[in-house]
Amino acid sequence: MGGLQKKKYESGSATNYISRNKARKKLSLSLADFRRLCILKGIYPHEPKHKKKVNKGSTAQKTFYLLKDIRFLLHEPIVGKFREYKIFVRKLRKAYGKGEWGGVEKLRENKPAYKLDHIVKERYPTFVDALRDVDDALSMCFLFSTFARTGKCHVETIQLCRRLSVEWMNYIVASRSLRKIFLSIKGIYYQAEVLGQTITWLVPYQFAHDHPTDVDYRVMATFTEFYTTLLGFVNFRLYQTLNLVYPPKLDGKGETELRAEFEEDYAMDSESYLEKLSALSASLARVISSAEDEEAELDHFPVEGDDMEKMEAREKAQQEQDRQKKLFEGLKFFLNREVPRESLAFVLRCFGAQVSWDKSLCIGSTYDVTDETVTHHIVDRPSLDKQYMNRYYIQPQWVYDSVNAKMLLPVEDYFLGVTLPPHLSPFVEEKDGDYVPPERLKLLALQRGERPEQDEEEDEEEDEEEEEDDDDDNDDGEEEEEEAEEEVKLKNMEEKRTQGKAVSAKVTPGKAKQENRQRLEQEEKAEEKRLAIMMMKKKDKYLYDKIMFGKKRKVREANKMAAKRKALDEASKSDRKKKLKK
Amino acid sequence: MSSLYSSGLHSHRSQSNRAPLGCGGTGDSHHRCIEIMDVELGYSLQPVSLIALLPHAHFLLHSLSPSSCLAMCSQDIRNTVGNIPMEWYKDYPHIGYDLDGKKIFKPIRTKDELDEFLDKMENPDYWRTVHNKMTGTDLRLSDEQVDLVHRLQQGKFGDVNFNEYEPAIDFFSSEVMIHPVTNRPEDKRSFIPSLIEKEKVGKLVHAIKMGWIKPRRPKETAPKYYDLWAQEDLNTVLGRHKMHIPAPKMRLPGHEESYNPPPEYLLTEEEKLAWEQQDPEDRRVSFLPQKYSCLRAVPAFSRFIHERFERCLDLYLCPRQRKMRVNVNPEDLIPKLPKPKDLQPFPTTQSLVYRGHTSLVRSISVSPSGQWLVSGSDDCTVRFWEVSTARCLKTVEVSGAVKSVAWSPNPAVCLVAIMLLNPGLGDKFICSATDQLISSYEEPEESKEQSVQWTIAEGSDHEHGQRLILKHPKAVRQVTWHGKGDYLACVMPDDNSSLQVVIHQVSKRRTQNPFRKSKGMVQCVSFHPIRPYFFVATQRYVRVYNLIKQELTKKLMANCKWISSMAVHPGGDNVICGSYDCRLAWFDLDLSTKPYKMLRHHKKALRGVAYHKHYPLFASGSDDGSVIVCHGMVYNDLLQNPLIVPVKVLKGHTITHDLGVLDVAFHPSQPWVFSSGADGTVRLFT
Repeated sequence: MGGLQKKKYESGSATNYISRNKARKKLSLSLADFRRLCILKGIYPHEPKHKKKVNKGSTAQKTFYLLKDIRFLLHEPIVGKFREYKIFVRKLRKAYGKGEWGGVEKLRENKPAYKLDHIVKERYPTFVDALRDVDDALSMCFLFSTFARTGKCHVETIQLCRRLSVEWMNYIVASRSLRKIFLSIKGIYYQAEVLGQTITWLVPYQFAHDHPTDVDYRVMATFTEFYTTLLGFVNFRLYQTLNLVYPPKLDGKGETELRAEFEEDYAMDSESYLEKLSALSASLARVISSAEDEEAELDHFPVEGDDMEKMEAREKAQQEQDRQKKLFEGLKFFLNREVPRESLAFVLRCFGAQVSWDKSLCIGSTYDVTDETVTHHIVDRPSLDKQYMNRYYIQPQWVYDSVNAKMLLPVEDYFLGVTLPPHLSPFVEEKDGDYVPPERLKLLALQRGERPEQDEEEDEEEDEEEEEDDDDDNDDGEEEEEEAEEEVKLKNMEEKRTQGKAVSAKVTPGKAKQENRQRLEQEEKAEEKRLAIMMMKKKDKYLYDKIMFGKKRKVREANKMAAKRKALDEASKSDRKKKLKK
Repeated sequence: MSSLYSSGLHSHRSQSNRAPLGCGGTGDSHHRCIEIMDVELGYSLQPVSLIALLPHAHFLLHSLSPSSCLAMCSQDIRNTVGNIPMEWYKDYPHIGYDLDGKKIFKPIRTKDELDEFLDKMENPDYWRTVHNKMTGTDLRLSDEQVDLVHRLQQGKFGDVNFNEYEPAIDFFSSEVMIHPVTNRPEDKRSFIPSLIEKEKVGKLVHAIKMGWIKPRRPKETAPKYYDLWAQEDLNTVLGRHKMHIPAPKMRLPGHEESYNPPPEYLLTEEEKLAWEQQDPEDRRVSFLPQKYSCLRAVPAFSRFIHERFERCLDLYLCPRQRKMRVNVNPEDLIPKLPKPKDLQPFPTTQSLVYRGHTSLVRSISVSPSGQWLVSGSDDCTVRFWEVSTARCLKTVEVSGAVKSVAWSPNPAVCLVAIMLLNPGLGDKFICSATDQLISSYEEPEESKEQSVQWTIAEGSDHEHGQRLILKHPKAVRQVTWHGKGDYLACVMPDDNSSLQVVIHQVSKRRTQNPFRKSKGMVQCVSFHPIRPYFFVATQRYVRVYNLIKQELTKKLMANCKWISSMAVHPGGDNVICGSYDCRLAWFDLDLSTKPYKMLRHHKKALRGVAYHKHYPLFASGSDDGSVIVCHGMVYNDLLQNPLIVPVKVLKGHTITHDLGVLDVAFHPSQPWVFSSGADGTVRLFT
């Protein structure tokens, strides 16, 4: 039949992918520019299904991009800007070389700049898309806002990052959408629910950074460039949804409150406003001043059956959330100077508390230590000289733990100088079979409304349960042992018999062997299973083994944790007893 | 001379000393004077210093006081002969000519040596008297002149009043320019406004007026934000977004990352050490869990920027791929097989152990009646057991390790074939001492030359029950009977010999070698139970020969490395092969030459396999000391594949020298299985 012979690698997956170098050549960009473009446009390599086919028979390690992606990049106006920038740099260098200072200045003034607005819109066609991807942007902005204003990146970038992160925090405070907080050794994780999207971000502790040398800050800066644009637009839109003025303004009341006498000494005019905003102690101005507690009530629809249950569950969740939102309402906090002010002020304000601090610590303090109405004083030092009568002196972990537990925890465990209970991650959702630390169990009990009065008893019960579990594990082993013993006995008898020796015939009263029917059944089933496993196909067997290996490892790890905990508890108990004896 | 002069000047003096130069170049006569003087001076001064003197000598005359100069001028006895050797005038009374052309006469008195001496002694001014060669007169130098000479000798300026260190006055430098570079007067056009410029300015002014030129816009510093998603049109969503694989979010932290975790999450010392020794890629958590007593004590996390950077790299460098997560319930993977309970009967428990052998029991065989069991061992004995009582009824000692025993399947005769390792010795036919005597098998008819020597056992051997001895040229490994009990096949494994398998006919005492060429080392052979087929298993293949047509009918690929044993289903259509690489292959001869099922039940090499004659059972014994009994149902319906279900794992043998079960055999009528092991026992499972 007619037709040309089909050549290899001219159709199919080989033509759908392009290697990075080829893509770069196609776009005629340098590697650095290509990298920048990929970051800004969100183009990432794809792993082909059949690597060998795509790589034209070779199995060498290579990164592949979708050809469509690269074609799509061809029409990007920013590529033109990159080229312009390259030319600009060349011209500038030339002008420097010739010493044409006027020319240099002129070139500097006309430095080509680009905007990323269209890219943001293109990458996130809907607002929800953007919101879903804002996690990394937030983490990056919060990191950059803590950088020193020298070296590593432009001061404007740092300032912009700071501004955007403050705006974000103000929005979270205004919308009261914070849900979970976790103090980790890396930093503080916050989780908020914004317009139905769960957003988690990480804020480093307030320390100067030890800048590593093996990090390419250009890559980070490019990401930040995009993220700041994205976050700016997201903030604008979010402020709009709450009828807040953007860029944020303090409402009239707050502004007058915050006007301190020494404002001029505190910061420059250009910066003081941002500082005031970042103090987070005043509410923001709204476009339309409205009643603050305007909550959309869930409408009731007549529903039946499953839907009814779901509806009820939803209502319940909603109520719980509302309660959590007003967790600290009516409480008045005062922060001592050694606690992380920004984090605590943010969290407390998110849940409706009033918060203040020492005037010299930061701008925006609203009341003094001496205020009689302060209910909680947050201190992070072993003892305090002057204590007021009518307030709790607590450690900062109480605030975070209370938020995570969605209830005000008993303050006794968090008093000054008390050894703190462990701080648990609120992000862990235990499935059955996972190890659950006893503190978590206690917390769950508290949430259910049980009083933690019989601590010790509970402990013992738990212990017993664990022991029982252990018994179950040991069962099989014991049986085998029994069998082995019998075998040994029989063997001895047989040996004696075969050797022709007179077996000392001794009739001992036999024990009626109680056959545990259940156990027998179980054994039978287990053997059946074992035999069936033998008949599995090789492929299935592999998969099965893998799954079982994972399961067993999980169980083993959980057991190990439990054992470790038990040993530690016992050690601490014996220590306590010794102390008591002394 | 002038060049010397000028160079000297240049080297010593600045430009201000040029004034005397102008004077110095006035006339030739001066030079001549000096010439004379020099010579005269030369005799009182050092000859070396004369050269230094020369450039300055010129001043001598000029710097003399005006009076002495006048005195000299009044005489004006200047010689005009020029710079010639004065010896030429030696013989003349005159010495030259003056300006008027008159002769200048030599002085009258010519001094002789004595006069000279007297003059030197007496004249106090002798030292300052200079002889003028040109005029021939003596000249007495005045004080001033002497002084000048001294000054010149010292390298000083002749003029006393000359200050050589006067400050230099600039008249042409970057700051002072008292002389114009060019003296050209300014053009007229420089005083008239330029027309071209006027035109240009006019244009600019016009452009500004028209609004074409605008002042430079102030630079935008702060980015402007607006409602980007004001019109969310889902139609504008690019097709790319359907292909888009969003980056997975970062993993949320667990309890171990807390600044104050529960104590069990902290690593112990050993765990810490293990963590440190692991590669950073292999670690399950990238950080060491830590506990701080209060929030104030928590330090900065040193790898914070690193982790964020790694996330950035992941976002733009990591290839993304949509992977379907296998969400399989492991229970679903287990095949649904009929319950072993429903497949009874099969052996389940160990009921008897036959002890007596002291070394490994290589082979066992059960009599067709099922009453007797024969076992051959490495301790050079063959033992006969009663199956039901486990009693050893008879022990026959032979002269070598017994490799294989086989009970004749003919129920009418009682014959056992025994293989010995001992080379040169072959099979022995033993008529067991029971009453069933064999009468019809000794009929010496023909005397063909055969590769195997048939001899009748005599004497004590006969009394022990041996009846026939077949001497083979090589060590025999396996013996097997044909179903009717007349033929038996022996295997003598050897890689390259064509004599590996021999078939003996007992009734005619004949031996034949069925294969002309060797096809690899033969492992075991077997007769087809019904049809005239012969199975030969080499290392990797099982060949099926048609004995009547004398051709190869099938070659079964076992897909394993080394076949150890083989058994044929009593129906004749199925074969199982055990191999040293832990596999058991079930062949369905009607289906394919490839195995219908590969069973990997054993953990170690298989040594023996067997089918049951009546029940749908087969068993395999392995080096891991276990015998696995499987239900292997073969249906008469050709469309239905055999059903294979493992029903029991029987354990009992202990492993000695890495060997477990060496042979398995089924009871001919009961669902019982015998196994012989390396521990020197034979066990019966019922």
